[in-house]
Amino acid sequence: MSALLEATIGRYLSLDLDGRKHRLYFEEAGQGIPLVCLHTAGSDTRQYRALLNDPAVTSDFRVIAFDMPWHGKSSPPIGWHEEEYRLTTETYTTMIMRFVESLELEQPVVMGCSIGGRVVLNLARTHGSALRAVIGLQSSGHVDPYYDTTWLHHSDVHGGEVSAGYVYGLIAPQSPDPDRWETLWHYMQSGPGVFKGDLHFYMVDGDIRDQLRDIDTNDCPVFLLTGEYDYSCSPEHTRDAASRIEGAQVTIMEQLGHFPMSENPDQFRRYLLPVLDEIRQFS
Amino acid sequence: MNSSEVMTHLPDLVNQDTALVRRGRWLSNVFLVEAGTTQFLVQVDKGRLLNVEHGPFVMPSWSFAIRASESVWQRFWQPLPAPGDNDIFALRKTGEMSVEGNLQPFMANLIYIKQVLAMPRALMER
Repeated sequence: MSALLEATIGRYLSLDLDGRKHRLYFEEAGQGIPLVCLHTAGSDTRQYRALLNDPAVTSDFRVIAFDMPWHGKSSPPIGWHEEEYRLTTETYTTMIMRFVESLELEQPVVMGCSIGGRVVLNLARTHGSALRAVIGLQSSGHVDPYYDTTWLHHSDVHGGEVSAGYVYGLIAPQSPDPDRWETLWHYMQSGPGVFKGDLHFYMVDGDIRDQLRDIDTNDCPVFLLTGEYDYSCSPEHTRDAASRIEGAQVTIMEQLGHFPMSENPDQFRRYLLPVLDEIRQFS
Repeated sequence: MNSSEVMTHLPDLVNQDTALVRRGRWLSNVFLVEAGTTQFLVQVDKGRLLNVEHGPFVMPSWSFAIRASESVWQRFWQPLPAPGDNDIFALRKTGEMSVEGNLQPFMANLIYIKQVLAMPRALMER
């Protein structure tokens, strides 16, 4: 009996970021146009497993997803125990471009969800000419704090359980139970304070509303896909961001929430494949 | 089915779900649910609902309280709630629901409490 091996390959990349040594874990599958995928706050690359295993995508796209430092299999840097983790716009943007340059990815498409959906807009603004296009899932220019993040890293509460509890309702009611609970499991495995530290970018540091008008979609096309059940980055947030970006294409996805690629991959691909087709045609 | 009828059925709905009771096994306390002017005290013992007491109360004692109007709870309890009505945090964000009191047991058992409060959706399907 032969082993049922998936096509996905995982490797580690040594990278200096902010003058510190990091060891980034990434997974990839497929060949063709590089498609770099960014996971949500407090989660990891496993969110893109269905995409990495979708021949309709991997036949023409080299799908690459990395765990950010502190996430998944990418450990925090030496000395992590003496600091509070806080993601910033600058750190996040630099990390992605260093990853792209290190792997010598030519004109990649960058797709990110939630915090990733935010940072791809910043990438389109600051590095648009180096990118083929960006795809923002659950994208916004800014989200006001709407809950007390203190509980996400608190000795009286299990961090994994409460992180999953926070995002529990961001998944659409229609999403299949196995995918819903695997999406939550990723949150339960997040390191202490990591989800909270990512939200520093999402709710505090990463307000880029006023910079969105600088994006040139002739240089870097912008596609925005947002699930209707996401109340964190809601369709209204995405529409507001799009109204500031001339030429941005917006689609509101039915029966999906904050984690389209992992909470209901079959529903998500109905919206993603046409976007990838369009990118393939202009490439 | 109004909130009084719904809350009457809540103990049976929760207690027959062994996975849910297990999820809440570290929670033993009393919390308040308010639907408009109607109040309910929900008594939990190791994840099982011992009792739902219907108000009005003179001097109720509870650990945390979850409050919304009757119509908001009705929207929340729809078998397939609309976007924005599907989660207590979504309704908290819009200001239509409030959570107050000692939030430690609430946060420590967040998924359990969200699931307990959503159990009446099964009732609405009947």
